[in-house]
Amino acid sequence: MKNIPLSALVGLFFTALYFLGALFAPLLAPYGMAEVVGDVWEPSSAEFWLGTDNIGRDLLSRMIYGGRTTIFIATVATIISFTTGAVVGIFAAVAGGWIDQVLSRFVDLIMSIPTLIFALVVLSVTPVTVPMLILVMGLLDSTRVFRLARAVAVDIEVMDFVEAARLRGERTAWIIFREILPNALSPLVAEMGLRFIFMVLFVSTLSFLGLGVQPPEADWGGIVKENKDGIVYGIPAALLPAFAIATLAISVNLVADWVLNRTTSLKGGRG
Amino acid sequence: MTDTAVLKVRDLKIGATIYPPGEKPHEIEIVHGISFDLEPGKVLGLIGESGAGKSTIGLASMAYGRGGVEITGGEVWVNGRDILQSRHSDIRKLRGGEVTYVSQSAAASFNPARTIMEQVVEAAVEQGKFSRRDAEGRARELFAKLGLPDPDNIGARYPHQVSGGQLQRCMTALALCPEPDLVVFDEPTTALDVTTQIDVLMAIKEAIRDTGVAALYITHDLAVVAQVSDDIMVLRHGDTVEYGPVDQIINTPQEEYTQALVSVRSIDHEEKAPTEEPVLSVRNITARYKGTKFDVLHNVNVDLYPGQTLAVVGESGSGKSTLARVITGLLPPREGEIHFAGRTLTPDFNARSREDLRELQMIYQMADVAMNPRQTVGTIIGRPLEFYFGLRGAKKRQRIIELLDEIELGESFMDRYPAELSGGQKQRVCIARALAAKPKMIICDEVTSALDPLVADGILKLLLNLQKIEDVAYLFITHDLATVRAIADNIAVMYKGKVQRYGQKSQVLSPPFDDYTDLLLSSVPEMKIGWLEEVIAHRKMESAGN
Repeated sequence: MKNIPLSALVGLFFTALYFLGALFAPLLAPYGMAEVVGDVWEPSSAEFWLGTDNIGRDLLSRMIYGGRTTIFIATVATIISFTTGAVVGIFAAVAGGWIDQVLSRFVDLIMSIPTLIFALVVLSVTPVTVPMLILVMGLLDSTRVFRLARAVAVDIEVMDFVEAARLRGERTAWIIFREILPNALSPLVAEMGLRFIFMVLFVSTLSFLGLGVQPPEADWGGIVKENKDGIVYGIPAALLPAFAIATLAISVNLVADWVLNRTTSLKGGRG
Repeated sequence: MTDTAVLKVRDLKIGATIYPPGEKPHEIEIVHGISFDLEPGKVLGLIGESGAGKSTIGLASMAYGRGGVEITGGEVWVNGRDILQSRHSDIRKLRGGEVTYVSQSAAASFNPARTIMEQVVEAAVEQGKFSRRDAEGRARELFAKLGLPDPDNIGARYPHQVSGGQLQRCMTALALCPEPDLVVFDEPTTALDVTTQIDVLMAIKEAIRDTGVAALYITHDLAVVAQVSDDIMVLRHGDTVEYGPVDQIINTPQEEYTQALVSVRSIDHEEKAPTEEPVLSVRNITARYKGTKFDVLHNVNVDLYPGQTLAVVGESGSGKSTLARVITGLLPPREGEIHFAGRTLTPDFNARSREDLRELQMIYQMADVAMNPRQTVGTIIGRPLEFYFGLRGAKKRQRIIELLDEIELGESFMDRYPAELSGGQKQRVCIARALAAKPKMIICDEVTSALDPLVADGILKLLLNLQKIEDVAYLFITHDLATVRAIADNIAVMYKGKVQRYGQKSQVLSPPFDDYTDLLLSSVPEMKIGWLEEVIAHRKMESAGN
């Protein structure tokens, strides 16, 4: 762990900053999340560092609370997406035959429908609560993880040590969790960084369209939606969440890149 | 030392950056000051085990370092110029023009999307040595000289349309096409079957003689290098062990290490007579792979007796590994039965009892991929103990240590990962994993072919020793007849999916031979100068790989 490159350090620093900000939001935010404290769209001042929003709430506080919601939803959804996607994907590769065919074609079917439209349809007929949001996002995204996990596992599955385990008489669960998963973990973890960012964008998009996090709860997509009319008058409030998403995306990806580099160098030269 | 030398290497030092797990990357020196001269028309054999630095030296003569390898000191003179001091553009002219290279795996080195001819003439045309027409004419001449069939049209084929031995000869033509002064052969016959190797070897030797080119011949097989070289340099850990004419190295080696190389495979093994009940009987097995329309095995019958070794010999494609897959149950046969320890085995391994699985273990050719890189040696050996015998905690640990002692490693290896082991140590761990199950029989699939001769020798001795202690039977699959001589009690020679010859070792290896067995036996390189010519002169049949 001593040789962390500068880019990864920067990434780690900002990622940690965002996650800590999310964790300690009530302590950090100067005002309450839904508290109206000033005029509409006040410019930034010593009192309101980032100014106020469309109904006079402190924007900095809303950004911090919004980050908390967005990052929480994205994190849990990513975890759901990874556990289901990876386990089912590796299972498909190990089982092979018609089980693999059925699972893979089913995933193809889901993937053929644009994710956003699928999510909008599902969320318009179900009550929009945070757990429901997380579940829909996680399961829809797990199709992507399934593809990756299956592709990686198919390559590992044909190696002699897996054959040796089968010949020993091991059960499928052992082969998935003890033989294949530890070897598939590196590319999956690297992919996780990217998928997390897609999740942030996904939940922001849903909120922007009004089917994500419901007001007065704050989240980054919601803040854009509430303040978008201000852009016409030169009010930058709607751009702040965009800036937050961009920096979070870049820093998480710097970390993901580093993980990827580490995994490729593990294999060594001509080994 | 003269100035006519094509290649003159002085005090060559090569370094590399290594990345040991858990430590900082650091520089190490892998070649420590090598010097030699190569006159026009002469062949120098570089020999040594893996890691000796022989390929690295070969590439350094083209001023190239592969991967993180860097030339850190010394001089390399080609035709009177120190190429390590040359500009990049000059080195470009050198490579593929004055110095060319033949790699080990022609199949991996040719571009599968382009015809052979395009690739053979590319360097010669690119370097401006010949016009495209002349280069193609020269290539056809070389194809004929190298004994390729239909030399006028073979260039129009794609790499996958010729056999492995032919492709290796095409690559030799590629290297000779630009009329180089020096060719570097890097293990050109190692990946080939013995019967094919001999033809390629002869072709290379004649081509070198006829074109008068100088050559560096890199290999780990002393018997092979003795056939083609004028001088031999024995390398070990990046140092010169011994350097001299072939005759002296082969017949009167001075250094202990060279003597060991020359006398390798000195194992004496008395064959045992068959006992009453075989532990394994393969009866009338015919098998084919799913989705194909021809049988890979035809009516195979062999027996293996308890505590003995049955060697299954043949070249690639003879069906010997398929036989192992049928016995283990990975490939259920179309016809026939397998009797094991008095029971009839279910064709598919999924339906076999845990006892059946336990008593029939397997050791693989590539120890690298036969072990999970994310498990420690302790876990790898401990799992069968836990799985078959329910051993846990201190008892399991005790047994793992016993097994590590049996394979001559030690307790300290328990927490190592496979990446931290050498090739021979890896194979030993695989042996321990098989033994942990206390099997009646172990299938050894080419277990020594990926190892250096001295290391392989150690593994064979260990296997023989363990056979005495544990009374386990081996089904030993190999293409290497020297190995067979060393350890077998019974031999089955396989050819095109059939058992060509089967019986006790002494019978199988004594005349009269059938044509195939004769070809196979005579193709094993012997450490004798002039052996190659003798064999070619006395051959009765063409090898299948041609």
